[in-house]
Amino acid sequence: MADTTLAGGGAPAGTGAEPAVETRGRFGDFRRAFLGNKLAVFGLSVMVFFALVALFAPVLAPYDPIRDQDLAGKFAGPSAAHLLGQDELGRDILSRLIYGVRISLTAGLAAVSIATVVGAAVGLAAGYAGRWVDAVLMRLMDVILAFPSILLAIVIVTILGRGLTNALLAVGIVYIPQMARVVRSAVISVREREYVEAERALGAGHAQIVSSAILPNSMAPLIVQATLTLAVAVLDIAALSFLGLGATAPTPEWGAMLTSAFRSGFGVFVQGQHAILFPGLVIALSVVSVNFVGDGLRDAFDPRRKR
Amino acid sequence: MTTFIGRKLLQLLPVLLGVSFVVFMMVRAIPGDPAQILLGQQATEERVAQLRVEMGLDQPLLVQYVLFLRDAAVGDLGDSIVTGQPVTAELLGRFPATLELTLTAMLFALAVGIPAGVIAAVKQYSLLDKITSVIALTGISMPIFWLALILAVIFNVNLGLLPFGGRVDVGVLSITGMVIPDSLMTLNFAGLWSGITHLAMPAIALGTIPMAVVTRMTRSSMLEVMNEDYIRTAYAKGVLPLRVVFRHALRNAMLPTVTVIGLQFGILMGGAVITETIFSWNGIGNIALDSIYRRDYAMIQGVVLYGTVFFMLINLAVDILYAVLDPRVRY
Repeated sequence: MADTTLAGGGAPAGTGAEPAVETRGRFGDFRRAFLGNKLAVFGLSVMVFFALVALFAPVLAPYDPIRDQDLAGKFAGPSAAHLLGQDELGRDILSRLIYGVRISLTAGLAAVSIATVVGAAVGLAAGYAGRWVDAVLMRLMDVILAFPSILLAIVIVTILGRGLTNALLAVGIVYIPQMARVVRSAVISVREREYVEAERALGAGHAQIVSSAILPNSMAPLIVQATLTLAVAVLDIAALSFLGLGATAPTPEWGAMLTSAFRSGFGVFVQGQHAILFPGLVIALSVVSVNFVGDGLRDAFDPRRKR
Repeated sequence: MTTFIGRKLLQLLPVLLGVSFVVFMMVRAIPGDPAQILLGQQATEERVAQLRVEMGLDQPLLVQYVLFLRDAAVGDLGDSIVTGQPVTAELLGRFPATLELTLTAMLFALAVGIPAGVIAAVKQYSLLDKITSVIALTGISMPIFWLALILAVIFNVNLGLLPFGGRVDVGVLSITGMVIPDSLMTLNFAGLWSGITHLAMPAIALGTIPMAVVTRMTRSSMLEVMNEDYIRTAYAKGVLPLRVVFRHALRNAMLPTVTVIGLQFGILMGGAVITETIFSWNGIGNIALDSIYRRDYAMIQGVVLYGTVFFMLINLAVDILYAVLDPRVRY
């Protein structure tokens, strides 16, 4: 009895305990730091909510996002039948936004996956091999970084042709260098550590060292960077669609919804203000949430960074 | 200092060469034969073949690249396929409009972002700090094409306060090509007012993301600096708190902020394409999108090349400024 009281109220729990407890403790710290961050929890909740909406879109959407047109209801404001009003072709904005979650978030995730996989491979190769491999790869990354990002994405879309797939490819390519840099510096910082030396001494090959020692220890910065990149990717893909270079007309993609409302004439500014308001609000909400989560992850992974 | 600048310039050369090669190859990769596009579909095959020889398109790619570099070095990036005008002249004519917009946007970002970041840092954990942080995080997540439309709805349509589209309503004698300096120089106050009201919405829309980034950066570097020993010393020897914040802390905290300003110019240039399109701003961003729709490859090449070089020069200027502010960087 006395022992428990001492452990609970005195010295910090976990000191001098066996390694298994310590690892759990570290994950506990991470979880506590992340869950203690209100903005991060808010962001995560919104992301989960969006994921569910994307999954159950056909059940949730009251109308068909493309076919249910009603020209008499052009820019009709919010009502009981159409909670968020109707767009320039009288389509239900809520239904289009619900289906749009699928498109925008999938496209964003796909772009980030491209940037992450390619960027991590480049960063790993550069950081692990060093010497001329490092020099060549990182100079190549410098060249990509030298372009203003949207300008580069625009040129890539011009080459590949307009469309959502090409837009997300372009955005993915543009963010490869950031990923490569993050992974490379993480790899360099663990490359010479004792546990890597130990593995090498035990006769592990390059593949094993990379997969068992280097990769796991580069994970934290990679996850943070990937999350923050998801936010800009969603934003950039919506921007490309808004410029008419990404998703095209009937597709209920959020950026494309804004542009088709905007290009339907000046009337949208007078009667159709809700057709401008809601799609942008959803884009902003999703991007803000992802940024909150990214910030929360960064702070939780790095205890020295106090808010 | 001169050696520092010289070294930085030398470091730019390989990147510039890489950039020019990438742009050259990318424009060649765009589907379509430039000679055919220039002459139109009904041109005879002989005429197309002849023009291909004249344009050097029959040469190996590497030779074409060297020829392209030779011309680009003296500012000759060919003629616009649509208007027939030299690309460089067309872009130079539109440059002042874009410069005026981006500089005003950056000014807005700094004028709001630095004070907001300082206040948030000095009053850390206060309600004001929390509000600033949330606004800054929302700001970096802002779809600026949406923000631009919302501003137009509020200030043009609903309140009728600001004009929507164009740069100026009255005649202003063009000296620099920028409305506000020109109307100031000619004491044209009607022009000045018209210029400012036209500039307000696009500049705010474009400046919001950099504003948020500057706020965050200023806040976090101020927090770091405020914990330094020399700040405690300054307080201890009785320096007025305001003086400590602005003279002792802010000067040192500005270093990371200066760095992000350079990077933000890249975002501003991308954002200019969006903002100029929405506000019918007759600048480079506007022509960039038009030339993509019209498949005017010479123009696209020019926009990307000049845009990237401009971006690189801004970052060079930032590096130099950084070295001026922090002499340690030079070694």
